[in-house]
Amino acid sequence: MKKFMFVNRKAPYGTIYALESLEVVLITASFDQDVSLVFLDDGVYELVKGQQTKDIGIKNFSPSYRALEGYDVEKLYVDKQSLEQRGLNESDLLVPVEVLDTKAMAALMAEQDVVLSF
Amino acid sequence: MKFGLLVNEGPYTHQATDTAYQFAVAAIAKGHEIQRVFFYHDGVNNATRLTEPPQDDRHIVNRWSALAAEHKIDLVVCVAAALRRGIKDEVLAPGFRISGLGQLVDSGIKADRLVTFGD
Repeated sequence: MKKFMFVNRKAPYGTIYALESLEVVLITASFDQDVSLVFLDDGVYELVKGQQTKDIGIKNFSPSYRALEGYDVEKLYVDKQSLEQRGLNESDLLVPVEVLDTKAMAALMAEQDVVLSF
Repeated sequence: MKFGLLVNEGPYTHQATDTAYQFAVAAIAKGHEIQRVFFYHDGVNNATRLTEPPQDDRHIVNRWSALAAEHKIDLVVCVAAALRRGIKDEVLAPGFRISGLGQLVDSGIKADRLVTFGD
């Protein structure tokens, strides 16, 4: 088993990266690998509660993050500075996460076998 | 060393695919192995044989096909990303095949390093 980390850095809409990243996460989990997700920069917006996408004509895929638990993907880490810079805190997010400072995040990344950044 | 490559951007619009190609050529020249190149997101557009750049420009698609033929490199296009963008078996250039995201995970497991090219 290898340690796979998915680093999500982009807003959920505007580009397809966030959605297609989630597709890789689900497949990787089905391969019985150690999967963790990191949200930083605009990636923290992927987890914000109450997303409404009707007016942009794109499917709101944020409920899928709540389904991750069912795939045994339970390690979700959010960058503290990215949250603060955007005026967000943990209670704005739709799933339980661990908020880490930059140093702790760097240490966690250093432990990984595979880091995929989307 | 055994490398897996992930190409996340389309040809010509973005430098990623050129850099990935040059990385592959350089790695092979140094005696390393390219275990697989996986094309995801707009990277799937690297795989269509309908591509016709101006004659004085590099032919990105044919360049991949030639590299694959010469060094037996597995060029894999993600099926879900490909279908979204109209890339199907009937337009694939030689050396490319369409398969699932599992092939990317497999690269992560089997390669010594999985290297991403994209933003």
